[in-house]
Amino acid sequence: MKFKNNALALDATDLGILEALQEDARQTYTTIGKRLGVAHSTVYDRIKRMERHGIITKYTALIDAEKTGAKNITAIMTVFTNPKESEKVAEKLCEAPQVLEVYTSLSEELLIIAKVVAENQESLHAFIANSVAPLLGVLRIRTSIITKKFKETQFSMVNNPKKLTFIKEKHNKIGENKL
Amino acid sequence: MKRETPSRILRTLPREKAFYFFTSIGNYTGESASSLKEFMDKINEVDVKSLEFHFYRGDFEKWIAEILEDEGLAEEIKKLHEYGLMGDKLRIQLYTTVSNRYKK
Repeated sequence: MKFKNNALALDATDLGILEALQEDARQTYTTIGKRLGVAHSTVYDRIKRMERHGIITKYTALIDAEKTGAKNITAIMTVFTNPKESEKVAEKLCEAPQVLEVYTSLSEELLIIAKVVAENQESLHAFIANSVAPLLGVLRIRTSIITKKFKETQFSMVNNPKKLTFIKEKHNKIGENKL
Repeated sequence: MKRETPSRILRTLPREKAFYFFTSIGNYTGESASSLKEFMDKINEVDVKSLEFHFYRGDFEKWIAEILEDEGLAEEIKKLHEYGLMGDKLRIQLYTTVSNRYKK
């Protein structure tokens, strides 16, 4: 079943497969099938279908940069922009390899928030001074260097807000039953 | 050998070669200067923290020597480091040095 915007409607089996793949994308179709109580061929078909529809975009490896010996610094850069130029500034930032993530945000002013990685403070500053500040439409920049990471996860079926709401509701019902 | 001619020193630079004023690593004030005249004016306008930040990193003399190509002024600014200037004393001294050069 497909929705108007070409989005695929996912059922419980699809969601279960996504959750399993996000835990470990290298597990076999048989293992996933056993876990969900479906045939491995069903798992295969569903995965191929989700790949075709762009729901599964790629399979990748998560790397602990610290353990590779890389001593990079990461910073969150907030770029205050002229609203007319904001889109172009965001697109330019996306082209830079040292920029890992780019978002726009509507607060009192139009902001672009970007996660930047650099070898050290000096190269971070050089990148911002030479490549970001000169962009047309940039009004000011605030940068915070990250000193300690407490949590970092990707979007997954487990932390999907819809699912969290469901878990919360379920939890509340159990609580009510106890009373 | 770089050409240190008045017209070259006083020219207006493209955006990517302008001086961008920061108050600390990655914190851009929104102020920039694309010529010696504009640089001189901005010395009086920007947050003094920005002047201190760039002065003690040697950014001013670097930009003046490498981009504006005025080795003489770069040397004069470099000499100011001997006095350990801070705050408004730094602002005044920087302004005086740059404006004297501009008037020449």
